[in-house]
Amino acid sequence: MITEKTNQQSGMRLMIRRFGVWIGAALLLVILPQLFDSGFAITMMSEMCIAIIFSLSYNMLLGQGGMLSFGHAIYYGFGGFIAIHAVNQVTEGVVVIPLELIPLVGGVAGFLFAILLGYISTKKAGTTFALISLGLVELVVACVLLFPSFFGGEEGVSGDRMLEWSITGTGFGQPIEVFYLIAFWLLVATALMYLQTQTPLGRMANAVRDNPERAPFVGYNIHLVRFFQFALSGFFAGIAGGLLAINYEIVNSEMIGALASGHVLLMTYIGGIGYFFGPILGAVLYTFLHLTLVNITMAGQLYLGVLFIVIILYAPNGMAGILMVHQPVWKAGLIKRLIPLYSAALGGGLVAFLGAMIMVEINYHLSLSIEPDAPMQLLGLEFLANSWPPWLLSIALIVAGYFILKPVIRNIGHKWNELTNEMQGGQTR
Amino acid sequence: MEFYVISLLNSLVFGMLLFMLSSGLTLIFGMMGVLNFAHASFYMLGAYFGYQISVFIGFWPALVISPILIGLLGAGVERYGLRTVHKHGHVAELLFTFGLAFMIEELVLLIWGRVAINYGVPESLDFTIFTLYGSNFPVYRLFMLGISLIMFIALYLLLTKTRTGIIIQAALTHAEGVGMLGHNVPRVFMMVFGGGCALAGLAGVIGGNYLMTSPSMAILLGPIVFVVIVVGGMGSLTGALIASLLIAGLQTFAVGFEYSLTDLLALFNIELGPDPWLSDIWRIKIENTGPLLPYLLMVVMLIFRPKGIMGERES
Repeated sequence: MITEKTNQQSGMRLMIRRFGVWIGAALLLVILPQLFDSGFAITMMSEMCIAIIFSLSYNMLLGQGGMLSFGHAIYYGFGGFIAIHAVNQVTEGVVVIPLELIPLVGGVAGFLFAILLGYISTKKAGTTFALISLGLVELVVACVLLFPSFFGGEEGVSGDRMLEWSITGTGFGQPIEVFYLIAFWLLVATALMYLQTQTPLGRMANAVRDNPERAPFVGYNIHLVRFFQFALSGFFAGIAGGLLAINYEIVNSEMIGALASGHVLLMTYIGGIGYFFGPILGAVLYTFLHLTLVNITMAGQLYLGVLFIVIILYAPNGMAGILMVHQPVWKAGLIKRLIPLYSAALGGGLVAFLGAMIMVEINYHLSLSIEPDAPMQLLGLEFLANSWPPWLLSIALIVAGYFILKPVIRNIGHKWNELTNEMQGGQTR
Repeated sequence: MEFYVISLLNSLVFGMLLFMLSSGLTLIFGMMGVLNFAHASFYMLGAYFGYQISVFIGFWPALVISPILIGLLGAGVERYGLRTVHKHGHVAELLFTFGLAFMIEELVLLIWGRVAINYGVPESLDFTIFTLYGSNFPVYRLFMLGISLIMFIALYLLLTKTRTGIIIQAALTHAEGVGMLGHNVPRVFMMVFGGGCALAGLAGVIGGNYLMTSPSMAILLGPIVFVVIVVGGMGSLTGALIASLLIAGLQTFAVGFEYSLTDLLALFNIELGPDPWLSDIWRIKIENTGPLLPYLLMVVMLIFRPKGIMGERES
């Protein structure tokens, strides 16, 4: 009787441990739009969810398969274009597809195009793969203007998502209804992609990434492993594209080009390619920064680029990597001792960043605004961009930040050594 | 006839410009295994530096100073950027140059603004040298051709006839062995990277006023330069020369043909209906496929001959 009860309890605990994250994520997705119900917030959250799917699908290539692609937006874009054409066909009454399943149409489109282009591109990994993906994306971009009836030329293809066919009976007139549709597909796609990492294919993709010479000895064809991984990745990218088509009801050539491919590369890498949840962090942060920075500064792209370079130089495992490094310290209960140093580093970093930001903003004002001589506004202050005090201030802040950061970073290094010694000592004792 | 002669001359000028860009890139790749995504960005910086210096002290000093500055900048990037990420592997290096390209474009926007700048041909070179079939051939194109030929010969002599060149050639294939012999291989890498960037900068100075100097010039030319080094064979200078001329010719000549598949079918007396299936395909004219052909060539090349025309090894 008692043992049965404990069995049940441990079963519950196992359930929670295994599915807790998913249930939590589902609850979060249901609650969030109720908390933040402004139009801007809904738009941003919809875009974040789409970016998460796209970014996770990209990590199936880069993180799991070791294939650096500069053209992943091809499959995203084709997913979007086919989805919007499908919506238009339903509107015209040619075919019957409920709106809820339109993302699946996009997914199948992405899958088929990935099969079409993937077999030739996955013969080699590494630089050859990167170059082929670059060539293919430029090829597709060059085709956009040659095939106006499919790509809709420069203005793109638009559609009306309020179809008469719908499984849930929702009209999808409100952005929040679309958000819940996107959230549903986000959960499904993320779960599938997570399960895929546990399949033999997902595991073999890792093996092929790490050692393409030895992987064939286990009895697998490395070209086919890469190819299947590529095709599946195209499928999920297509789902993301289909969702974007539904969300904005317009698809244009921007979605399919090298720039969109660059964005997904940046967000995935910033999040961290070594962990499954890395791209999720990256997509959320990148989309948030991208959408908010556009409204407040002209230099948004520059800041994101700096963030990317800093991550490459100093944290090649991205934000997820930074988090995971601290896991053992957290478990040992020693994280408290890092906090003062980290706050000092954060302070110094903020000072230096503030200085650099003032300089960047002044320059953007001088080079891009209509009236460079008019006073500019920054952080609630109004001043002349071509007067010397702001320049002096920014240089002073950068220098000050440098002198705060330099000893702090050295001390963090010492502290880390100390903590690792302590943790290892604790284990051996 | 007129069309062929003029197109031939133009593709020669454009081809040599492409070679100036791709020679540095292919050497860097051959030696360090790094595909420098920011190479075209150095070309763009060369054009902007050239413009700025010619505003201050004139075009001729700019022709010398700008490439030197770009070379120093490139050497700095190698020393303080690439060498740091080198320990994280090739993908990290590739991503670093990708991020760098992104940043340089933003910095150019930051300093010189979004619109194309007025970087014109210098007055001393702004006249017509000869008239061919009624159309003028500006002397500046001849000047570009001359500069790129001088550069080609100088590079060839440097690499084959000097001690430095021989060390560089040896380091291309056997970097470790060269290191064993007591040469400072990292410094050779830095020099080659800087030198390659300086060549790109030179191409920027003389190409910026011929084509156009705007923040998008790196994105427009960058992928083409990749096509050149892939088609020519990575690491091969001769291959880069052949591929540069081939691709320049392909793009220049394609503009002159107004035929489409409909015309081809018409030769065989086949008429298409007013709205045939896949209507776009039949209407595409060869002249519009100019931007598409290089990439098609590159993808086909990578599939069937990944070594490229003159390459000795696969990437």
